[in-house]
Amino acid sequence: MLILTCPCCGAEADETELASGGEAHIQRQGPESTDAAFEAYLFQRKNPSGVHFERWRHAFGCGKWFHAARCTRTLEVFGTYTAQSLKPPKWILDRIRKRRPDWAGPLP
Amino acid sequence: MKRYSAFAIAKEAFRHQLGWERAWRSPEPKPEYEVIIVGAGGHGLATAYYLGKNHGITNIAILEKNWLGGGNTGRNTTIIRSNYLQDASAAIYEKARSLYETLSQDLNYNVMFSPRGVAMLAQTHHEVRGYRRTARANAIQGVETEFIGSEQVKALCPIINVDGPRFPVLGALWQPRGGTARHDAVAWGYARACSDMGMDIIQNCAVTAVRRTGGTVTGVETTRGAVGCRKLGIVVAGHSGVLAAMAGFRLPVESVALQALVSEPVKPCMDIVVMANTVHGYMSQSDKGELVIGGGADGFNNYTQRGSFHHVEETVRALVETFPIISRLRMLRQWAGIVDMTGDRSPILSKTPLENCFINCGWGTGGFKAIPGSGWAMAELMAKGEPGPLAAPFGLDRFREGRFIDESVAAGVAH
Ligand SMILES: Cc1cc2nc3c(=O)[nH]c(=O)nc-3n(C[C@H](O)[C@H](O)[C@H](O)COP(=O)(O)OP(=O)(O)OC[C@H]3O[C@@H](n4cnc5c(N)ncnc54)[C@H](O)[C@@H]3O)c2cc1C
Ligand SMILES: [Zn+2]
Repeated sequence: MLILTCPCCGAEADETELASGGEAHIQRQGPESTDAAFEAYLFQRKNPSGVHFERWRHAFGCGKWFHAARCTRTLEVFGTYTAQSLKPPKWILDRIRKRRPDWAGPLP
Repeated sequence: MKRYSAFAIAKEAFRHQLGWERAWRSPEPKPEYEVIIVGAGGHGLATAYYLGKNHGITNIAILEKNWLGGGNTGRNTTIIRSNYLQDASAAIYEKARSLYETLSQDLNYNVMFSPRGVAMLAQTHHEVRGYRRTARANAIQGVETEFIGSEQVKALCPIINVDGPRFPVLGALWQPRGGTARHDAVAWGYARACSDMGMDIIQNCAVTAVRRTGGTVTGVETTRGAVGCRKLGIVVAGHSGVLAAMAGFRLPVESVALQALVSEPVKPCMDIVVMANTVHGYMSQSDKGELVIGGGADGFNNYTQRGSFHHVEETVRALVETFPIISRLRMLRQWAGIVDMTGDRSPILSKTPLENCFINCGWGTGGFKAIPGSGWAMAELMAKGEPGPLAAPFGLDRFREGRFIDESVAAGVAH
């Protein structure tokens, strides 16, 4: 069972308490964007087998959104961080690199 | 290839069964092939088979990371039906269902296709309306289905509780020529026929990189060395995103774990397939007597082939409500497969940004039923370089154009 610590209220929440919000740090495309950029924004996903950054909501808890860094191949959790982040913070990248020295970094 | 027949069985009985040959060869990879198919699941093998049978292309390698048929093809609950609403879906799934009818004869391999009938229960008024509409659409599409009342459901499957407290059964969408087939046999039968045509099925051979110059694929790197090709077909279900990343493009696909479970074997108690979509559970009985039960999908990206426990609980709860007789049965095994879910929950059979690379994926929770039709359409796409009428609506361009094939009501649970 997947367990994430909610950075908003501090509770250790298992997956029945959480709602997955899918891939994190997707940049919304505005009216000026190209069709290709809009398609990518709406549909194309990194879907990595390995380190992944996601949005989650503590749905049956405090109700707030947050981010999580997690391995989709082992279900190892690297940590959770606030929803107010446009990209993964340095401390979490450092922590992942320490545990996964061969990791190439977040997908572009 | 020696043909399987009653005569062959009799002959072998007289010589201690020593004359049977291996069903397929296990060759070393050659330096180059005309076509490489990545993934020896049902869809990859069927693609290779129809490339040979319909288009005369047999210089083919099928590269498989593990053992053939060990992905979703060997993990699914084998429901075959074609009662879809949209014309594009009905066409390709009905093509597949009709090919299943004669697949054993075609492959000379018993795939145990059993057109025992599939009932999709309507347990809300909304579902009644939806299925009546589907039945009418199917009549126009040439797919034989019918909306039946709850007395008929009870007559077809007496162990159903039609007067459930939460969701009484109000009727069902009944497809008499839907059913099940033996999943391993489908993979094995295609593999044997492909090998017989001279194709190389190479197991324990994971593709690790896609070689390209400019916009053209020149081959792949694998755990057993580099292999060249003139055309590449990617048919790896849950791992499509990983292969697409190797080839330098991105897909509208996310991978999640979908579970199934089987009960201890019991005497025959149901001879049709029943799907209860409102409570999220479905069931059929295998030839061994086990009740084969489809579970839920995890709500998050997952490559672990395990799946979460609480889905088992939810599934079993739903089924006990629909089939109270099973409440004291023990469950024997549980497992999961990694399914590839697209943005509109319909499959992808498409050209890619690379000119000689093609992809077949996105069958998600329901692609076993599609194997022969998908292989047929994918072979045409790869042989001609352009999709035929079956594949055309399923191109990747539909996401840019907003031309979705909206069958999503049917997705989310295994089926
Ligand atoms: C629990 C469950 C129940 C289901 N129930 C049904 C049902 O009742 N009816 C129905 O119609 N469908 C059902 N499905 C869906 C169905 O199983 C799939 O849609 C279908 O089997 C997909 O077949 P495939 O050949 O595309 O994929 P797979 O059979 O998964 O084959 C893909 C192959 O690619 C290989 N591969 C991956 N990466 C690489 C690599 N790098 N190099 C080489 N090879 C690689 C894998 O090892 C695998 O063998 C179910 C699925 C699950 C998981
Ligand atoms: Zn919280």
